[in-house]
Amino acid sequence: MSRRVGIPRALFYYYFYPQWSAFFQELGAEVVLSAPTHKGILEAGVRAAVDEACLPVKVFYGHVLELVPQVDYLFLPRLVSVEHKSYICPKFMGLPDMIKSNIRVLPPILDLCMDLSHNDRQYRRDLYRIGKIFTRNPWKIRQAERKSQQRLKEYQQLLHQGHLPVEALRLMDESIGRAKRLYETDKDAAVTVKDDQPGLTIGLLGHGYTLYDEFVSRQVIRKLRELGASVISQDILNETTIEEGNRHLPKRMFWTLGRRILGGAFHFFETGSVDGIIHLACFGCGPDSLVAELVEIEAHRRKDLPFMMLTVDEHTGEAGIVTRLEAFVDMIRRRQKYRRQLLLG
Amino acid sequence: MKHRRVTFPHMGHIHIALKAMLESIGLEVIVPPPITKRTLSRGIQYSPEFACLPLKINLGNFLEAFDLGANTIVMAGGWGPCRFGYYAQVQREILRDLGCNFELIVLEAPDTKFSAILGQVKELAGNCSWRQIGYAVRLGWEKVKALDALEIRVQQLRPREIRGGQVEAMYREVLNDIDRAANIKQIRAALQEGYSRFQKLILDMEKPVVRIGLVGEIYTVLEPFTNLHIERHLGRLGAEVTRSIYLSQWVNDHLFAGLLRIPSTKTYWNLSVPYINYWVGGHGRETVGGAVYFAQQGYDGVIQIGPLTCMPEIVAQSILPQVSLEQGIPVLTLYFDEHSGEAGLLTRLEAFVDLVRRRKKREKKARPKSQPVPIW
Ligand code: SF4
Ligand code: SF4
Repeated sequence: MSRRVGIPRALFYYYFYPQWSAFFQELGAEVVLSAPTHKGILEAGVRAAVDEACLPVKVFYGHVLELVPQVDYLFLPRLVSVEHKSYICPKFMGLPDMIKSNIRVLPPILDLCMDLSHNDRQYRRDLYRIGKIFTRNPWKIRQAERKSQQRLKEYQQLLHQGHLPVEALRLMDESIGRAKRLYETDKDAAVTVKDDQPGLTIGLLGHGYTLYDEFVSRQVIRKLRELGASVISQDILNETTIEEGNRHLPKRMFWTLGRRILGGAFHFFETGSVDGIIHLACFGCGPDSLVAELVEIEAHRRKDLPFMMLTVDEHTGEAGIVTRLEAFVDMIRRRQKYRRQLLLG
Repeated sequence: MKHRRVTFPHMGHIHIALKAMLESIGLEVIVPPPITKRTLSRGIQYSPEFACLPLKINLGNFLEAFDLGANTIVMAGGWGPCRFGYYAQVQREILRDLGCNFELIVLEAPDTKFSAILGQVKELAGNCSWRQIGYAVRLGWEKVKALDALEIRVQQLRPREIRGGQVEAMYREVLNDIDRAANIKQIRAALQEGYSRFQKLILDMEKPVVRIGLVGEIYTVLEPFTNLHIERHLGRLGAEVTRSIYLSQWVNDHLFAGLLRIPSTKTYWNLSVPYINYWVGGHGRETVGGAVYFAQQGYDGVIQIGPLTCMPEIVAQSILPQVSLEQGIPVLTLYFDEHSGEAGLLTRLEAFVDLVRRRKKREKKARPKSQPVPIW
């Protein structure tokens, strides 16, 4: 029987799942993905983590707890730096140690240290170390690694074509058709857009694990679509666009996700490709407390693009979010109407 | 070129050393007024709501220094992973929108090379020789060392003084002397003079004192205003405090680019394994290693402090219960923000010192004897 490797559907799932799952599947393992976040997961996570941890970290704890009884191995990478001289967040750097400290019963851990800030030597060594658990054939590990890289590229291509991560992940799943899942994939928000109103695009900014985890985001994307807005996020922008946006900064942003957010924000500001910007962050998020400030200062100075900051934690009610989204979309509609009238004289 | 009037953010007694350094390369220095409630409230008013406390207090310092005529800010920076590395950029934007025309000079080097930082200092000073800069660095470092030595002595004296407040008063005087000292010889003399003044204190050497290790985020640990003078309170409660971090360490990390191999950081890192196996930014790893260190040195308790939402400290906090369990030492975590009050703090400290004291009595078994001095 093939061995089961658990991957939590949280945090970097939204950026790397195609790569990681392909790697383990190529090695002959069965990949077990935890269910989309639900109340039980959150509650378990809140119990296990310290109060001061941010919501996404608590949710991650919950996913780990859900996987524990179902798997032979738990994939628990330490993501220090996924690109040259940039970091994610101190919490990602300490996450495996936190989990090991707070959750006492754990299956064997597959710990991969991803620190590409200077070079990828350690990372490759770790990949081989993990690969050896599943096969003695180094060629097969190499093969798995190649395949996983290829999957990641395909995934990124889908994103750059304009699919939001959750949709891209589903598309990939359908095209591969072999990933055995314990759960159904997330049903995408199949929403009927009211077409009695002119189109409206919202640029959504935030960390992937906040935006696309419907439980964490309080279904922001779905709600916006229900209000007749189409939604794009910084994640569909390619590296060149992001870099271009970051040229406006006096100092290189050293947080990978922060850099993406700022690159996206400046792109939206400059091109006017959206009608409004919403930044969704979690309470107590360190990087976002500063990144959001920079976006807000810029929005304030420019004045021509409506901007709204939404902050969520485990106590945030959906109703409050909906009210604010409605008010925001209404405001944009009124602005549009006013402008149209001006144009028509 | 306009005349520079240089200021910098407060952090504990660092202004004493920084002022000496910058003045000795011929700059006019404006030390921000001591941090008060007003500093804090001005900082808060213009800072991002969820930023960590040091950023807000820094900003308050800058605004108050601006009122005194400062036009240049010198501060340290960094390249992640924590927020500190982007403080300056955010503060620059805020100050700009407030119409405070500061020139902001961030001492940082992309690959933390000391030579690069020295280069920045030279540029700042305009026409001054490398020799002068070398002297400035030595002078500053001497002051830092004296300040640390003095503070360690004060930490030992506080719990043992008979008339409350005497140590504090003397401490302030000696600090002034060190501040006024114009050269290395005078610094050393001021410190010796301080020591001999302390000799005159009437102490209760029999008093049963508990020993507490203070660990955590460096700004909160070093700046008494942020931690609501936790060390003074602990002293009054009969606890002798030793910290995992002293000023010299910050100076070494941020201004000397870690050039000096101070044993502390490495010792703590070694001790932090297997609890935490990687660098997590800030001082998260030192916090865990420090807790292990204090446990092994036979201390009676550990208190972790940091600003609310401090990321490295949250990592450390998650791991400390395991350290506490396996190393057999009580641990208390306290976070501070603009809403923290002294009354609440005191209650928690009293309860903790009480617990530690009872535990110590119960545990009559001999603990390893060691001197209550830090590791360098
Ligand atoms: S980046 Fe923010 S939300 Fe993400 S783990 Fe760090 S603190 Fe939490
Ligand atoms: S270590 Fe803590 S206080 Fe310092 S920048 Fe990071 S989060 Fe803020």
